[in-house]
Amino acid sequence: MRFSRKTLGIPYAVFLLLFVVAPLLVLFYYAFTNGKGEFTLQNLTDFFTDPNTLGTLAYSLAIAAVTTAVCLLIAYPVAYILATSKLKAKSVIIMIFVMPMWINFSLRITALKEILTLVEGNLARYPFLNSVIGMTYDFLPFMILPIYNTIVKLDGSLTEAARDLGANDRMAFLRVTLPLSLPGIISGISMVFLPAMTNYVVLDMLYNSTYIMGSLISSYFAAFNWHGGSMIALVLLGIICLFTLLSDSGDEKTARTGGALL
Amino acid sequence: MSRKIVRIAVPVLVLLFLYVPILILALYSFTDATQIGAIRSFTLKNYVTLFSTEELRSMIVGTILLALGAALLATILGTLGAIGSFYSRKRTSSAIATVNQIPVINADVVTGFSLCILLVVVFGVSKDSYIPLVVGHVTLCAPFVYLSVIPKLKQMDSSLYEAAMDLGATPAQALFRVVIPQILGGMVSGFSLAVTLSLDDYFIATYTKPATFDTISTYVVNATRGSQTDIKTALWALSTLIFVLVIVIVGVMNFNSGRAQKKEAEKA
Repeated sequence: MRFSRKTLGIPYAVFLLLFVVAPLLVLFYYAFTNGKGEFTLQNLTDFFTDPNTLGTLAYSLAIAAVTTAVCLLIAYPVAYILATSKLKAKSVIIMIFVMPMWINFSLRITALKEILTLVEGNLARYPFLNSVIGMTYDFLPFMILPIYNTIVKLDGSLTEAARDLGANDRMAFLRVTLPLSLPGIISGISMVFLPAMTNYVVLDMLYNSTYIMGSLISSYFAAFNWHGGSMIALVLLGIICLFTLLSDSGDEKTARTGGALL
Repeated sequence: MSRKIVRIAVPVLVLLFLYVPILILALYSFTDATQIGAIRSFTLKNYVTLFSTEELRSMIVGTILLALGAALLATILGTLGAIGSFYSRKRTSSAIATVNQIPVINADVVTGFSLCILLVVVFGVSKDSYIPLVVGHVTLCAPFVYLSVIPKLKQMDSSLYEAAMDLGATPAQALFRVVIPQILGGMVSGFSLAVTLSLDDYFIATYTKPATFDTISTYVVNATRGSQTDIKTALWALSTLIFVLVIVIVGVMNFNSGRAQKKEAEKA
Protein backbone atom coordinates (compact mmCIF):
# COMPACT_ATOMS: atom_id res chain seq x y z
CA MET A 1 0.00 0.00 0.00
CA ARG A 2 1.47 3.34 -1.08
CA PHE A 3 0.56 6.55 0.66
CA SER A 4 2.37 9.55 1.93
CA ARG A 5 2.24 10.47 5.59
CA LYS A 6 0.43 13.69 4.80
CA THR A 7 -2.61 11.90 3.43
CA LEU A 8 -3.14 10.21 6.80
CA GLY A 9 -4.41 13.52 8.09
CA ILE A 10 -7.19 13.78 5.53
CA PRO A 11 -9.86 11.84 7.50
CA TYR A 12 -9.34 14.01 10.55
CA ALA A 13 -9.28 17.21 8.50
CA VAL A 14 -12.58 16.19 6.88
CA PHE A 15 -13.98 15.29 10.30
CA LEU A 16 -13.04 18.71 11.68
CA LEU A 17 -14.58 20.47 8.71
CA LEU A 18 -17.82 18.51 9.00
CA PHE A 19 -18.31 18.49 12.75
CA VAL A 20 -16.43 21.52 14.05
CA VAL A 21 -16.45 24.13 11.29
CA ALA A 22 -19.81 23.32 9.70
CA PRO A 23 -21.79 23.44 12.99
CA LEU A 24 -20.36 26.91 13.66
CA LEU A 25 -21.36 28.08 10.19
CA VAL A 26 -24.86 26.71 10.74
CA LEU A 27 -24.95 28.53 14.06
CA PHE A 28 -24.17 31.81 12.27
CA TYR A 29 -26.81 31.11 9.64
CA TYR A 30 -29.52 30.39 12.20
CA ALA A 31 -28.56 33.30 14.41
CA PHE A 32 -29.03 35.78 11.57
CA THR A 33 -32.14 34.35 9.93
CA ASN A 34 -35.75 34.02 10.98
CA GLY A 35 -38.17 31.11 10.64
CA LYS A 36 -38.73 31.89 6.96
CA GLY A 37 -35.02 31.79 6.17
CA GLU A 38 -34.77 35.55 5.63
CA PHE A 39 -31.76 37.51 6.85
CA THR A 40 -32.51 39.40 10.04
CA LEU A 41 -30.80 41.13 12.91
CA GLN A 42 -33.89 40.56 15.04
CA ASN A 43 -32.29 37.82 17.18
CA LEU A 44 -29.32 40.03 17.90
CA THR A 45 -31.37 43.08 18.83
CA ASP A 46 -33.75 40.87 20.83
CA PHE A 47 -30.89 39.61 22.92
CA PHE A 48 -29.44 43.02 23.63
CA THR A 49 -32.74 44.79 24.30
CA ASP A 50 -34.58 42.17 26.35
CA PRO A 51 -33.99 42.89 30.06
CA ASN A 52 -34.43 39.17 30.79
CA THR A 53 -31.59 37.98 28.55
CA LEU A 54 -29.39 40.86 29.63
CA GLY A 55 -30.15 39.99 33.23
CA THR A 56 -29.16 36.39 32.51
CA LEU A 57 -25.90 37.57 30.99
CA ALA A 58 -25.20 39.72 34.05
CA TYR A 59 -26.12 36.91 36.45
CA SER A 60 -23.86 34.44 34.57
CA LEU A 61 -20.98 36.90 34.66
CA ALA A 62 -21.55 37.48 38.39
CA ILE A 63 -21.65 33.76 39.22
CA ALA A 64 -18.62 33.08 37.03
CA ALA A 65 -16.63 35.98 38.48
CA VAL A 66 -17.37 35.08 42.10
CA THR A 67 -16.71 31.37 41.49
CA THR A 68 -13.44 32.14 39.74
CA ALA A 69 -12.32 34.46 42.53
CA VAL A 70 -13.21 31.93 45.25
CA CYS A 71 -11.45 29.12 43.35
CA LEU A 72 -8.36 31.26 42.89
CA LEU A 73 -8.28 32.29 46.56
CA ILE A 74 -8.48 28.66 47.66
CA ALA A 75 -6.38 27.09 44.90
CA TYR A 76 -3.39 29.42 44.93
CA PRO A 77 -2.33 28.83 48.56
CA VAL A 78 -2.85 25.08 48.17
CA ALA A 79 -0.90 24.92 44.92
CA TYR A 80 1.84 27.14 46.35
CA ILE A 81 2.20 25.18 49.58
CA LEU A 82 2.31 21.86 47.74
CA ALA A 83 4.66 23.01 45.00
CA THR A 84 7.14 24.55 47.41
CA SER A 85 7.01 21.79 50.01
CA LYS A 86 10.01 19.55 50.42
CA LEU A 87 7.88 16.43 50.55
CA LYS A 88 9.04 13.66 48.26
CA ALA A 89 5.53 12.43 47.60
CA LYS A 90 4.12 15.74 46.41
CA SER A 91 3.21 14.34 43.01
CA VAL A 92 1.05 11.80 44.83
CA ILE A 93 -0.51 14.50 47.02
CA ILE A 94 -1.40 16.74 44.07
CA MET A 95 -2.97 13.65 42.52
CA ILE A 96 -5.28 13.39 45.54
CA PHE A 97 -6.39 16.98 44.97
CA VAL A 98 -7.06 16.35 41.32
CA MET A 99 -8.68 12.95 41.65
CA PRO A 100 -12.24 14.21 42.20
CA MET A 101 -12.37 15.42 38.62
CA TRP A 102 -12.39 11.83 37.44
CA ILE A 103 -15.56 11.12 39.39
CA ASN A 104 -18.68 11.94 37.42
CA PHE A 105 -19.59 15.55 38.21
CA SER A 106 -23.31 14.92 38.53
CA LEU A 107 -22.64 12.31 41.23
CA ARG A 108 -20.29 14.69 43.06
CA ILE A 109 -22.89 17.46 42.98
CA THR A 110 -25.43 14.94 44.31
CA ALA A 111 -23.12 14.32 47.27
CA LEU A 112 -22.65 18.04 47.86
CA LYS A 113 -26.39 18.62 47.62
CA GLU A 114 -27.11 16.12 50.37
CA ILE A 115 -24.56 17.79 52.66
CA LEU A 116 -25.83 21.29 51.91
CA THR A 117 -29.39 20.15 52.54
CA LEU A 118 -28.33 18.82 55.93
CA VAL A 119 -26.55 22.06 56.82
CA GLU A 120 -29.03 24.59 55.45
CA GLY A 121 -32.29 22.72 55.71
CA ASN A 122 -33.84 24.35 52.66
CA LEU A 123 -31.55 24.81 49.67
CA ALA A 124 -33.82 27.42 48.12
CA ARG A 125 -32.85 29.95 50.77
CA TYR A 126 -29.36 30.72 49.45
CA PRO A 127 -29.47 30.04 45.71
CA PHE A 128 -26.53 32.24 44.70
CA LEU A 129 -24.30 31.05 47.54
CA ASN A 130 -25.14 27.39 46.87
CA SER A 131 -24.41 27.77 43.18
CA VAL A 132 -21.03 29.30 43.92
CA ILE A 133 -20.25 26.52 46.42
CA GLY A 134 -21.36 23.90 43.88
CA MET A 135 -19.28 25.35 41.07
CA THR A 136 -16.26 25.78 43.34
CA TYR A 137 -16.63 22.17 44.42
CA ASP A 138 -16.84 21.09 40.80
CA PHE A 139 -14.08 23.25 39.30
CA LEU A 140 -11.52 23.68 42.09
CA PRO A 141 -9.17 20.91 40.83
CA PHE A 142 -9.03 22.65 37.44
CA MET A 143 -7.67 25.75 39.16
CA ILE A 144 -5.22 23.95 41.48
CA LEU A 145 -3.54 21.85 38.80
CA PRO A 146 -2.30 24.51 36.34
CA ILE A 147 -1.08 26.79 39.15
CA TYR A 148 0.73 23.88 40.81
CA ASN A 149 2.31 22.87 37.49
CA THR A 150 3.58 26.40 36.92
CA ILE A 151 5.01 26.95 40.40
CA VAL A 152 6.62 23.51 40.63
CA LYS A 153 8.58 24.24 37.45
CA LEU A 154 9.85 27.59 38.71
CA ASP A 155 13.57 27.84 39.24
CA GLY A 156 14.03 27.91 43.01
CA SER A 157 17.29 29.82 42.67
CA LEU A 158 15.32 32.88 41.55
CA THR A 159 13.70 33.38 44.95
CA GLU A 160 17.05 32.62 46.60
CA ALA A 161 18.66 35.27 44.45
CA ALA A 162 15.94 37.73 45.44
CA ARG A 163 16.63 37.01 49.10
CA ASP A 164 20.37 37.35 48.62
CA LEU A 165 19.71 40.72 47.09
CA GLY A 166 17.92 41.80 50.24
CA ALA A 167 14.26 40.98 49.62
CA ASN A 168 12.30 39.58 52.53
CA ASP A 169 10.00 36.58 52.05
CA ARG A 170 7.01 38.71 51.21
CA MET A 171 8.91 40.80 48.65
CA ALA A 172 10.41 37.71 47.08
CA PHE A 173 6.96 36.19 46.74
CA LEU A 174 5.27 39.33 45.41
CA ARG A 175 8.04 40.31 43.01
CA VAL A 176 9.27 36.91 41.84
CA THR A 177 7.02 33.92 42.49
CA LEU A 178 3.64 35.56 41.94
CA PRO A 179 4.45 37.21 38.58
CA LEU A 180 6.10 34.03 37.34
CA SER A 181 3.08 31.92 38.28
CA LEU A 182 0.78 34.19 36.26
CA PRO A 183 0.54 31.80 33.28
CA GLY A 184 -0.83 29.10 35.59
CA ILE A 185 -3.31 31.54 37.12
CA ILE A 186 -4.53 32.65 33.70
CA SER A 187 -4.93 29.11 32.48
CA GLY A 188 -6.78 28.23 35.68
CA ILE A 189 -9.10 31.20 35.28
CA SER A 190 -10.00 30.20 31.75
CA MET A 191 -10.66 26.64 32.97
CA VAL A 192 -13.15 27.87 35.56
CA PHE A 193 -14.74 31.06 34.25
CA LEU A 194 -16.30 29.71 31.05
CA PRO A 195 -17.76 26.51 32.51
CA ALA A 196 -19.13 28.60 35.38
CA MET A 197 -21.06 30.72 32.87
CA THR A 198 -22.57 27.72 31.16
CA ASN A 199 -22.85 24.75 33.52
CA TYR A 200 -26.53 25.16 34.34
CA VAL A 201 -26.77 21.61 35.67
CA VAL A 202 -25.06 22.67 38.89
CA LEU A 203 -27.73 25.35 39.38
CA ASP A 204 -30.55 22.97 38.47
CA MET A 205 -29.37 20.29 40.85
CA LEU A 206 -28.99 22.78 43.70
CA TYR A 207 -32.46 24.24 43.12
CA ASN A 208 -31.33 27.62 41.82
CA SER A 209 -34.01 28.46 39.28
CA THR A 210 -32.33 31.63 37.98
CA TYR A 211 -31.06 31.26 34.43
CA ILE A 212 -27.44 31.46 33.36
CA MET A 213 -26.31 31.52 29.71
CA GLY A 214 -26.33 27.73 29.46
CA SER A 215 -29.88 27.46 30.77
CA LEU A 216 -30.96 30.00 28.19
CA ILE A 217 -29.67 27.78 25.37
CA SER A 218 -31.40 24.82 26.91
CA SER A 219 -34.71 26.66 27.22
CA TYR A 220 -34.62 27.80 23.58
CA PHE A 221 -33.70 24.25 22.64
CA ALA A 222 -36.68 22.87 24.57
CA ALA A 223 -38.92 25.38 22.75
CA PHE A 224 -37.48 24.38 19.31
CA ASN A 225 -36.35 27.98 18.87
CA TRP A 226 -33.13 27.25 16.92
CA HIS A 227 -32.72 30.87 15.84
CA GLY A 228 -32.81 32.37 19.33
CA GLY A 229 -30.70 29.54 20.72
CA SER A 230 -28.08 30.02 18.01
CA MET A 231 -27.83 33.70 18.88
CA ILE A 232 -27.20 32.87 22.56
CA ALA A 233 -24.57 30.33 21.48
CA LEU A 234 -22.94 33.01 19.30
CA VAL A 235 -22.87 35.48 22.17
CA LEU A 236 -21.18 32.81 24.30
CA LEU A 237 -18.74 32.09 21.49
CA GLY A 238 -17.93 35.80 21.35
CA ILE A 239 -17.18 35.84 25.06
CA ILE A 240 -15.05 32.71 24.70
CA CYS A 241 -13.07 34.24 21.82
CA LEU A 242 -12.52 37.43 23.79
CA PHE A 243 -11.35 35.39 26.73
CA THR A 244 -9.00 33.28 24.65
CA LEU A 245 -7.47 36.34 23.03
CA LEU A 246 -6.95 37.93 26.43
CA SER A 247 -5.44 34.87 28.03
CA ASP A 248 -3.46 33.77 24.95
CA SER A 249 -4.36 30.20 25.85
CA GLY A 250 -1.26 28.27 26.72
CA ASP A 251 -1.52 24.95 28.49
CA GLU A 252 -5.20 24.70 29.33
CA LYS A 253 -5.46 21.53 27.31
CA THR A 254 -3.62 19.61 29.99
CA ALA A 255 -5.40 21.39 32.79
CA ARG A 256 -8.84 20.50 31.57
CA THR A 257 -8.46 16.83 32.22
CA GLY A 258 -5.39 16.48 34.34
CA GLY A 259 -3.57 15.14 31.31
CA ALA A 260 -0.28 16.30 32.72
CA LEU A 261 -0.63 13.75 35.47
CA LEU A 262 -1.70 10.82 33.36
CA MET B 1 5.56 27.66 64.05
CA SER B 2 2.26 29.26 63.03
CA ARG B 3 3.51 29.16 59.50
CA LYS B 4 3.94 25.43 59.70
CA ILE B 5 0.40 25.06 60.97
CA VAL B 6 -0.96 27.11 58.04
CA ARG B 7 1.05 25.05 55.58
CA ILE B 8 -0.64 21.92 56.87
CA ALA B 9 -4.08 23.30 57.76
CA VAL B 10 -4.88 24.92 54.41
CA PRO B 11 -4.37 21.82 52.24
CA VAL B 12 -6.10 19.62 54.81
CA LEU B 13 -9.16 21.88 54.95
CA VAL B 14 -9.41 21.94 51.17
CA LEU B 15 -9.10 18.15 51.04
CA LEU B 16 -11.91 17.88 53.57
CA PHE B 17 -14.06 20.18 51.43
CA LEU B 18 -13.40 18.01 48.38
CA TYR B 19 -13.80 14.61 50.01
CA VAL B 20 -16.22 14.90 52.95
CA PRO B 21 -19.37 14.96 50.75
CA ILE B 22 -18.22 11.92 48.76
CA LEU B 23 -17.20 10.01 51.89
CA ILE B 24 -20.41 10.78 53.78
CA LEU B 25 -22.44 9.69 50.79
CA ALA B 26 -20.34 6.52 50.65
CA LEU B 27 -21.10 5.82 54.31
CA TYR B 28 -24.82 6.38 53.80
CA SER B 29 -24.85 4.20 50.71
CA PHE B 30 -24.47 1.25 53.10
CA THR B 31 -27.52 2.22 55.15
CA ASP B 32 -31.25 2.27 54.61
CA ALA B 33 -31.42 6.04 55.09
CA THR B 34 -33.04 8.04 52.28
CA GLN B 35 -31.39 11.26 53.33
CA ILE B 36 -28.33 12.25 55.32
CA GLY B 37 -29.21 12.24 59.02
CA ALA B 38 -29.72 9.53 61.56
CA ILE B 39 -28.46 6.09 60.61
CA ARG B 40 -30.89 3.35 61.53
CA SER B 41 -29.35 0.22 60.13
CA PHE B 42 -26.69 -0.92 57.74
CA THR B 43 -27.67 -2.76 54.59
CA LEU B 44 -26.42 -3.57 51.09
CA LYS B 45 -29.86 -2.92 49.65
CA ASN B 46 -28.62 0.03 47.52
CA TYR B 47 -25.99 -2.12 45.87
CA VAL B 48 -28.55 -4.85 45.18
CA THR B 49 -30.88 -2.27 43.63
CA LEU B 50 -28.04 -0.86 41.56
CA PHE B 51 -27.21 -4.18 39.98
CA SER B 52 -30.68 -5.68 39.79
CA THR B 53 -32.59 -2.75 38.31
CA GLU B 54 -32.60 -3.21 34.55
CA GLU B 55 -32.86 0.55 33.90
CA LEU B 56 -29.79 1.32 36.02
CA ARG B 57 -27.77 -1.55 34.63
CA SER B 58 -28.40 -0.67 31.00
CA MET B 59 -27.62 2.99 31.74
CA ILE B 60 -24.24 2.09 33.24
CA VAL B 61 -23.35 -0.37 30.48
CA GLY B 62 -24.48 2.13 27.85
CA THR B 63 -22.32 4.88 29.32
CA ILE B 64 -19.25 2.63 29.39
CA LEU B 65 -19.78 1.31 25.86
CA LEU B 66 -20.28 4.85 24.55
CA ALA B 67 -17.11 6.03 26.31
CA LEU B 68 -15.00 3.16 25.01
CA GLY B 69 -16.41 3.35 21.48
CA ALA B 70 -16.09 7.12 21.21
CA ALA B 71 -12.60 7.02 22.72
CA LEU B 72 -11.48 4.33 20.26
CA LEU B 73 -12.79 6.28 17.27
CA ALA B 74 -11.32 9.49 18.65
CA THR B 75 -7.94 7.83 19.17
CA ILE B 76 -7.81 6.53 15.59
CA LEU B 77 -8.95 9.82 14.07
CA GLY B 78 -6.90 12.05 16.36
CA THR B 79 -3.71 10.01 15.92
CA LEU B 80 -4.01 9.92 12.13
CA GLY B 81 -4.75 13.63 12.20
CA ALA B 82 -1.70 14.33 14.33
CA ILE B 83 0.63 12.28 12.08
CA GLY B 84 -0.84 13.82 8.94
CA SER B 85 -0.67 17.37 10.19
CA PHE B 86 2.80 16.93 11.68
CA TYR B 87 4.25 16.00 8.28
CA SER B 88 2.21 18.53 6.31
CA ARG B 89 3.18 22.00 5.21
CA LYS B 90 3.22 24.65 7.91
CA ARG B 91 0.02 26.29 6.70
CA THR B 92 -1.98 23.07 6.62
CA SER B 93 -0.77 21.93 9.99
CA SER B 94 -1.42 25.23 11.70
CA ALA B 95 -4.91 25.32 10.18
CA ILE B 96 -5.64 21.87 11.61
CA ALA B 97 -4.15 22.85 14.97
CA THR B 98 -6.35 25.96 15.12
CA VAL B 99 -9.58 24.17 14.27
CA ASN B 100 -8.57 21.37 16.66
CA GLN B 101 -8.47 23.97 19.43
CA ILE B 102 -12.11 25.04 18.92
CA PRO B 103 -13.84 22.13 20.72
CA VAL B 104 -11.19 22.30 23.44
CA ILE B 105 -11.96 25.87 24.46
CA ASN B 106 -15.58 26.01 23.37
CA ALA B 107 -18.32 25.55 25.96
CA ASP B 108 -19.75 22.04 25.74
CA VAL B 109 -23.27 23.48 25.62
CA VAL B 110 -22.37 25.31 22.41
CA THR B 111 -20.65 22.26 20.89
CA GLY B 112 -23.63 20.02 21.67
CA PHE B 113 -26.25 22.53 20.57
CA SER B 114 -24.50 23.37 17.29
CA LEU B 115 -23.96 19.70 16.41
CA CYS B 116 -27.60 18.99 17.13
CA ILE B 117 -28.68 21.86 14.86
CA LEU B 118 -26.40 20.66 12.05
CA LEU B 119 -27.15 16.96 12.20
CA VAL B 120 -30.70 16.80 13.46
CA VAL B 121 -32.31 20.05 12.28
CA VAL B 122 -30.45 20.64 9.00
CA PHE B 123 -29.67 17.11 7.83
CA GLY B 124 -32.56 15.38 9.56
CA VAL B 125 -30.43 12.60 11.07
CA SER B 126 -32.50 10.79 13.68
CA LYS B 127 -31.14 10.95 17.21
CA ASP B 128 -32.31 7.36 17.64
CA SER B 129 -29.58 6.28 15.22
CA TYR B 130 -27.01 7.17 17.90
CA ILE B 131 -25.01 8.89 15.12
CA PRO B 132 -25.33 12.42 16.60
CA LEU B 133 -24.35 11.13 20.05
CA VAL B 134 -21.28 9.24 18.85
CA VAL B 135 -20.23 12.09 16.56
CA GLY B 136 -20.68 14.49 19.46
CA HIS B 137 -18.49 12.49 21.79
CA VAL B 138 -15.82 11.89 19.16
CA THR B 139 -15.80 15.65 18.50
CA LEU B 140 -15.35 16.22 22.22
CA CYS B 141 -12.52 13.68 22.57
CA ALA B 142 -10.49 13.58 19.34
CA PRO B 143 -8.91 17.04 19.81
CA PHE B 144 -7.44 15.88 23.12
CA VAL B 145 -5.97 12.77 21.48
CA TYR B 146 -4.46 15.01 18.81
CA LEU B 147 -2.95 17.20 21.53
CA SER B 148 -1.45 14.24 23.38
CA VAL B 149 0.06 12.67 20.25
CA ILE B 150 1.66 15.80 18.75
CA PRO B 151 4.33 16.17 21.50
CA LYS B 152 5.36 12.53 21.01
CA LEU B 153 5.83 13.14 17.29
CA LYS B 154 7.97 16.16 18.07
CA GLN B 155 10.16 14.08 20.39
CA MET B 156 10.55 11.31 17.81
CA ASP B 157 13.73 11.09 15.78
CA SER B 158 12.50 12.20 12.37
CA SER B 159 15.04 10.11 10.49
CA LEU B 160 13.62 6.84 11.81
CA TYR B 161 10.77 6.81 9.32
CA GLU B 162 13.07 7.58 6.39
CA ALA B 163 15.52 4.94 7.58
CA ALA B 164 12.74 2.34 7.61
CA MET B 165 11.72 3.35 4.08
CA ASP B 166 15.33 3.22 2.86
CA LEU B 167 15.60 -0.27 4.27
CA GLY B 168 12.66 -1.30 2.11
CA ALA B 169 9.67 -0.93 4.41
CA THR B 170 6.38 0.06 2.80
CA PRO B 171 4.77 3.22 4.21
CA ALA B 172 2.27 1.05 6.08
CA GLN B 173 5.06 -1.03 7.64
CA ALA B 174 7.02 2.08 8.53
CA LEU B 175 3.90 3.51 10.12
CA PHE B 176 2.95 0.46 12.19
CA ARG B 177 6.44 -0.80 13.05
CA VAL B 178 8.25 2.51 13.55
CA VAL B 179 5.96 5.51 14.07
CA ILE B 180 3.13 3.96 16.10
CA PRO B 181 5.42 2.34 18.72
CA GLN B 182 7.14 5.70 19.21
CA ILE B 183 3.90 7.59 19.83
CA LEU B 184 2.03 4.84 21.67
CA GLY B 185 2.40 6.61 25.01
CA GLY B 186 0.63 9.68 23.64
CA MET B 187 -2.09 7.52 22.10
CA VAL B 188 -2.71 5.71 25.39
CA SER B 189 -2.92 8.91 27.44
CA GLY B 190 -5.13 10.44 24.72
CA PHE B 191 -7.39 7.40 24.88
CA SER B 192 -7.70 7.57 28.66
CA LEU B 193 -8.41 11.31 28.50
CA ALA B 194 -11.08 10.56 25.92
CA VAL B 195 -12.69 7.95 28.17
CA THR B 196 -12.83 10.30 31.17
CA LEU B 197 -14.19 13.16 29.04
CA SER B 198 -16.93 11.00 27.61
CA LEU B 199 -17.85 9.55 31.02
CA ASP B 200 -18.12 13.03 32.54
CA ASP B 201 -20.04 14.65 29.71
CA TYR B 202 -23.57 15.85 30.25
CA PHE B 203 -24.10 18.68 27.79
CA ILE B 204 -23.19 17.04 24.50
CA ALA B 205 -25.14 13.92 25.38
CA THR B 206 -28.24 15.82 26.37
CA TYR B 207 -28.48 17.57 22.99
CA THR B 208 -27.63 14.57 20.83
CA LYS B 209 -28.77 11.38 22.57
CA PRO B 210 -31.80 9.26 21.70
CA ALA B 211 -34.71 9.94 24.07
CA THR B 212 -34.65 6.38 25.40
CA PHE B 213 -30.91 6.30 26.10
CA ASP B 214 -29.25 7.77 29.18
CA THR B 215 -25.65 8.27 30.23
CA ILE B 216 -24.78 8.34 33.92
CA SER B 217 -24.78 12.16 33.88
CA THR B 218 -28.11 12.63 32.12
CA TYR B 219 -29.66 9.89 34.25
CA VAL B 220 -28.46 11.38 37.54
CA VAL B 221 -29.62 14.86 36.60
CA ASN B 222 -33.08 13.56 35.72
CA ALA B 223 -33.21 11.38 38.81
CA THR B 224 -32.61 14.36 41.10
CA ARG B 225 -35.74 15.94 39.66
CA GLY B 226 -37.77 12.80 40.37
CA SER B 227 -38.90 11.47 43.71
CA GLN B 228 -37.98 7.80 43.52
CA THR B 229 -35.94 7.39 46.68
CA ASP B 230 -34.73 3.84 45.96
CA ILE B 231 -33.22 5.04 42.68
CA LYS B 232 -31.74 8.09 44.41
CA THR B 233 -29.97 6.01 47.07
CA ALA B 234 -28.88 3.40 44.52
CA LEU B 235 -27.04 6.26 42.81
CA TRP B 236 -25.17 6.83 46.09
CA ALA B 237 -23.92 3.29 45.73
CA LEU B 238 -22.88 4.01 42.14
CA SER B 239 -21.02 7.12 43.27
CA THR B 240 -19.18 5.08 45.89
CA LEU B 241 -18.23 2.36 43.41
CA ILE B 242 -16.88 4.95 40.94
CA PHE B 243 -14.95 6.62 43.76
CA VAL B 244 -13.31 3.32 44.73
CA LEU B 245 -12.58 2.54 41.08
CA VAL B 246 -10.90 5.93 40.57
CA ILE B 247 -8.76 5.39 43.68
CA VAL B 248 -7.68 1.97 42.43
CA ILE B 249 -6.84 3.24 38.94
CA VAL B 250 -4.94 6.27 40.24
CA GLY B 251 -3.14 4.04 42.75
CA VAL B 252 -2.07 1.54 40.10
CA MET B 253 -0.94 4.34 37.78
CA ASN B 254 1.10 5.92 40.53
CA PHE B 255 2.65 2.61 41.48
CA ASN B 256 3.58 1.92 37.86
CA SER B 257 5.00 5.36 37.20
CA GLY B 258 6.91 5.14 40.49
CA ARG B 259 8.41 1.84 39.40
CA ALA B 260 9.27 3.22 35.98
CA GLN B 261 11.02 6.20 37.59
CA LYS B 262 12.97 3.90 39.88
CA LYS B 263 14.09 1.81 36.92
CA GLU B 264 15.17 4.94 35.08
CA ALA B 265 17.12 6.04 38.15
CA GLU B 266 18.83 2.65 38.41
CA LYS B 267 19.84 2.78 34.76
CA ALA B 268 21.38 6.22 35.12
